[in-house]
Amino acid sequence: MIKTLSKHIKGYVRDSVITPLFMILEVIMETIVPFVMSSMIDDGINKGDMNHILLTGSIMALCAVLGLFGGTMGGIFGARASAGFAKNLRQAMFENIQSFAFANIDKYSTAGLVTRMTTDVTNLQNAYQMLLRICFRAPVSLICAMTMTFIINAKLASVYLIAIIFLGIILAFLITKTYKYFNKVFEKYDELNASVQENVTSIRVVKAFVREEHEIKKFDKAAYNLYKLFVKAENAMVSVSPIMMLTVYGSIIAVSWLGANMIVGSELTTGELTSMLTYCMNILMSLMMLAFIFVMLTMSLASARRVAGVLNEKSILTNPQNPDYNVENGSIDFENVYFSYNKTAEKPVLSDINLSIKSGETIGIIGGTGSSKTSLVNLIGRLYDVNEGCVKVGGKDVRSYDLETLRNEVAVVLQNNVLFSGTILDNMRWGNENATDEECINACKLAFADDFIQSFPEKYNTKIEQGGTNVSGGQKQRLCIARALLKKPKILILDDSTSAVDTSTDAKIRKAFRDEIPNTTKIIISQRISSVENADRIVVMDDGIINAVGTHDELVKSCDIYNEIYSAQTSGSGDFDQKGEL
Amino acid sequence: MPGPNRRNRNQPRPKVNNPFKTLKRLLGIIFKRYKIHMLFVLICIVVSVLANVQGTLFIQSLIDDYITPMLSQPTPDFTPLLMAIVRVACFYLIGAGAAYAQAKIMVYVTQGTMKDLRSEIFSHMESLPIKYFDTHPHGDIMSVYTNDIDTLRQMISQSLVQVFNSVITIISTLASMIFLSIPLTGVTLVMVVVMLFITKNIAGKSGKYFVAQQNDLGTENGYIEEMMNGQKVVKVFNHEKKSIEEFKELNDKLFKSSYNANKFANILMPINAQIGNISYVLCGIIGGALALSGATGLTLGKLVSFLSFNKSFSQPINQVSQQFNSIIMALAGAERIFNLLDEKSEDDNGYVTLVNAKKENGKLVETNEHTGLWAWKHIHQATGEVEYKELQGALVMDDVDFGYTDDKIVLHNIDLYAKPGQKIAFVGSTGAGKTTITNLINRFYDIQDGKIRYDGINVNKIKKSDLRRSLGIVLQDTHLFTDTIMENIRYGRLDATDEEVIAAAKLANADSFIRRLPDGYNTVIKSDGGNLSQGQRQMLAIARAAVADPPALILDEATSSIDTRTEKMVQDSMDKLMQGRTTFVIAHRLSTVKNSDCIIVLEHGRIIERGTHDQLIEQKGRYYQLYTGKTA
Repeated sequence: MIKTLSKHIKGYVRDSVITPLFMILEVIMETIVPFVMSSMIDDGINKGDMNHILLTGSIMALCAVLGLFGGTMGGIFGARASAGFAKNLRQAMFENIQSFAFANIDKYSTAGLVTRMTTDVTNLQNAYQMLLRICFRAPVSLICAMTMTFIINAKLASVYLIAIIFLGIILAFLITKTYKYFNKVFEKYDELNASVQENVTSIRVVKAFVREEHEIKKFDKAAYNLYKLFVKAENAMVSVSPIMMLTVYGSIIAVSWLGANMIVGSELTTGELTSMLTYCMNILMSLMMLAFIFVMLTMSLASARRVAGVLNEKSILTNPQNPDYNVENGSIDFENVYFSYNKTAEKPVLSDINLSIKSGETIGIIGGTGSSKTSLVNLIGRLYDVNEGCVKVGGKDVRSYDLETLRNEVAVVLQNNVLFSGTILDNMRWGNENATDEECINACKLAFADDFIQSFPEKYNTKIEQGGTNVSGGQKQRLCIARALLKKPKILILDDSTSAVDTSTDAKIRKAFRDEIPNTTKIIISQRISSVENADRIVVMDDGIINAVGTHDELVKSCDIYNEIYSAQTSGSGDFDQKGEL
Repeated sequence: MPGPNRRNRNQPRPKVNNPFKTLKRLLGIIFKRYKIHMLFVLICIVVSVLANVQGTLFIQSLIDDYITPMLSQPTPDFTPLLMAIVRVACFYLIGAGAAYAQAKIMVYVTQGTMKDLRSEIFSHMESLPIKYFDTHPHGDIMSVYTNDIDTLRQMISQSLVQVFNSVITIISTLASMIFLSIPLTGVTLVMVVVMLFITKNIAGKSGKYFVAQQNDLGTENGYIEEMMNGQKVVKVFNHEKKSIEEFKELNDKLFKSSYNANKFANILMPINAQIGNISYVLCGIIGGALALSGATGLTLGKLVSFLSFNKSFSQPINQVSQQFNSIIMALAGAERIFNLLDEKSEDDNGYVTLVNAKKENGKLVETNEHTGLWAWKHIHQATGEVEYKELQGALVMDDVDFGYTDDKIVLHNIDLYAKPGQKIAFVGSTGAGKTTITNLINRFYDIQDGKIRYDGINVNKIKKSDLRRSLGIVLQDTHLFTDTIMENIRYGRLDATDEEVIAAAKLANADSFIRRLPDGYNTVIKSDGGNLSQGQRQMLAIARAAVADPPALILDEATSSIDTRTEKMVQDSMDKLMQGRTTFVIAHRLSTVKNSDCIIVLEHGRIIERGTHDQLIEQKGRYYQLYTGKTA
């Protein structure tokens, strides 16, 4: 994990190395100051030596300037290094996600990926900055101060050594204990927030069933449990600062007593004792700082794990060694295809699929929810790989093509389709970056989108909002079809893409396809018989297998499932729109 | 889903509008609930600060008052030193004890306040009208529970105590400094002013960039969200390279603002620390000169003490200025929390309630049992007279206008008559206002004009909870809760037995698929039923409405995601469920509404046709067109 992340310091290695150096400069200056200070008091003020006061004063001023320089530079480079690290992480994650195959995408939720790229990366940025700026500072400060005390008097310094070891052990113990508690707290906290989220999204259900009281009772109970856990965790922490104080006070008293004895025994001067006491705070503060960093770093471990998870995720689909850049024609062959999303699944999603589609043919696919219609067509553009058997496009296995070439020739209008923020023309050019305005308009005409686009005040420059929320479901579907048409593909797959388009427009679109792009192989998945009944052949899917293939007339006579759907729909064939938008 | 003016979630969070008012309210909450606790905390802080101060004083006097005298004695007498050390140790112990007590009490104060606030926010949120949820992005509401509460926790547990602590230290130190030397105090204060001035400037710059960073992060967040949502489309269109390029641009911008924000934040501490050192040096030099000239009565001993106070003076000021940022952040959070708490609850002036009833001698009598017979209990406000009226399910809408906002009316002149037990269907294209009408029946929204009467009673007079209890509803978007399937169905009626739940599941045709799940009815549903298919979730929602056994039903696209074959099977049981109940059905498949008593065709918020199936076919209007696929 650390190896994965550390690769992304690239470009900011200089800043990352320089930062601790500057911080060390600052620390050294900070350690020198008390030393000079005691000299100012002992030899300057107490002896009334104004020259010495001026001398030590200017040394201190110099130290202050150097310390300032080190501190600011460390701050600036540290900010750069950590912001750069975060930038690289985000970029690398985004690029890696772009390389994901569908199967990889399925693993993550949108919200999960967004959190990983924002909150988690910000956590890592802060942790990295701290690592560079404080992580080096604290130990160096500790070592400097310890060295100073040992130089002054090794015997007294051992008091500090004992105090450090004592405090170190206690802190380690407390941290591991509280860490465990806090882990539990965060788990419960997440659960509580999940239930709030649920209430926010399902508020209509809560209100419709008048369950406000019920939900409040549930929440109060959960909030109380969280409270108890939090109190437990924080109670384990409260002793940290008093223990720290006791250690400091104990060391001061011990050093005072032992120091007094040594001075009386002429083993120590009074000035040295003063310096010893000054370093006491330095030492223990840096120790505290170390403990704090340790806690913060362990807390960012979870973020690091999540980020590394995305970075290490390898796309399970890769381009072949010597890819084929030419798709001959739009024919499709399924040969003994078995497929499942999860390799360990007992029952495959598709079993024993054998189907030959000629170039230019129009194929309708129909079947109940969960009969694997979408899974079947997703194999054509190699959105997923088969488990067994093979899928051929233009007579060659899809796995032999260059992915980009293949997907340019196989246009899929996905079931859950998305428009992006930007103008209608911008969206159209997803299909073909270099399409002229005329080409875009032509495609929209073909998909019967031109009419309503013309009715918008800004026409083709109308801005589509994120997720396409400002156009209706049917309009969105037609825009998506137009976008796919701009690719001029050899194979066009419509996965339930006209469900929200009214029946008559749907029929017009199909007719336009027949007339305008006769050579393109067209595959139409629909729940509506009327959308597929004029296809050259209709495939009836049922529970992952092909139940029947034939023309409408043949199927009405021979296929029970088809007949059932047919009769259910003819008794009221029309509908306002197949699916309510959202 | 209807939802007017959803706010763009990428816009920056607003700053604190009224920091003092918010702070006062926040402190009011804490001090009111934990008055005694907070008093103890204050005492503990004073005690531990004093313990620390006497420790500092001891160190200063250690050499002069104890060690030096001993050096001049032929046989050093350690007794005074020992006594002093024992005394100091006792004070230290008390100080550490006070610190411990303070920390411990604060845990209860902080966590208690958090718990109370959480519960208060949640229960208030549950009382808010649907409109609130339409107009506030869910992410914003969630962040009140997470970010805002978290920053508040930090502020109460850390900043508050630290500021107290610092203020006491500053006051006591300042007093001592003035006592020792007024001119040197002046020098120190000038340096503090310089420190504050620089802090303000740098913090302002850093704040500006932090806002920019927040903005850039928001934009990038939006971009990521959009691309991740459309990731499959990106793949299908080979758009990866382009989106990487676009992302790089946003990312570089974020890097710059983030770098600048952190840069200024980082240099603040070293600058202040060094100004503190320079203040020390200045006081040393000026004080030295003063002491040597003997003009102001400043002795060398006093100067030494003063210098140590100078050192311990800039530290708490530094600390307070460090806390300042987090306090501002916490106040911004507190303000958002208070905004939510100040949001007006759904108002409910209804006084007519729904009760179980039975008939005794032909008269309606209230009862506690579930009899299947309901009555409206109407207490006349003037006379106190109680009147019972049987719930029959007659609904009348009289010239109703409605808009989500006053300036945009989406439903116009809706007239509607549903007789008890009738099945009323709404059809029309997306956005015609079908769902909106049903949302008015259960008063998710209140109408602008007109009247809605339920069994002859104006719905405004019926208590909202009772009105809604009388209406079973299957919503367009199925929402399930993280719990077992059994409990999810039981949500319809909390006291339903397992048998009743299973019967309802059978009615919704869900029993067979539930039994095939690994744990059957005890299978836990996660993340809104993500592990179930859309159709399966709808069947559970139907079962949930069925178990409630309500007098009237609203089915909003209840079977839209169930495939045609399964729908046929569900349809029979749905018909059973609807029998004898007034039912409002929204459906897109005309076959499912054909047998309705009245079909209402909506377009652009107006009723354009109404009648039975046969009547509408005869009219040869819009319905006919859609049903037959022919143009008239």
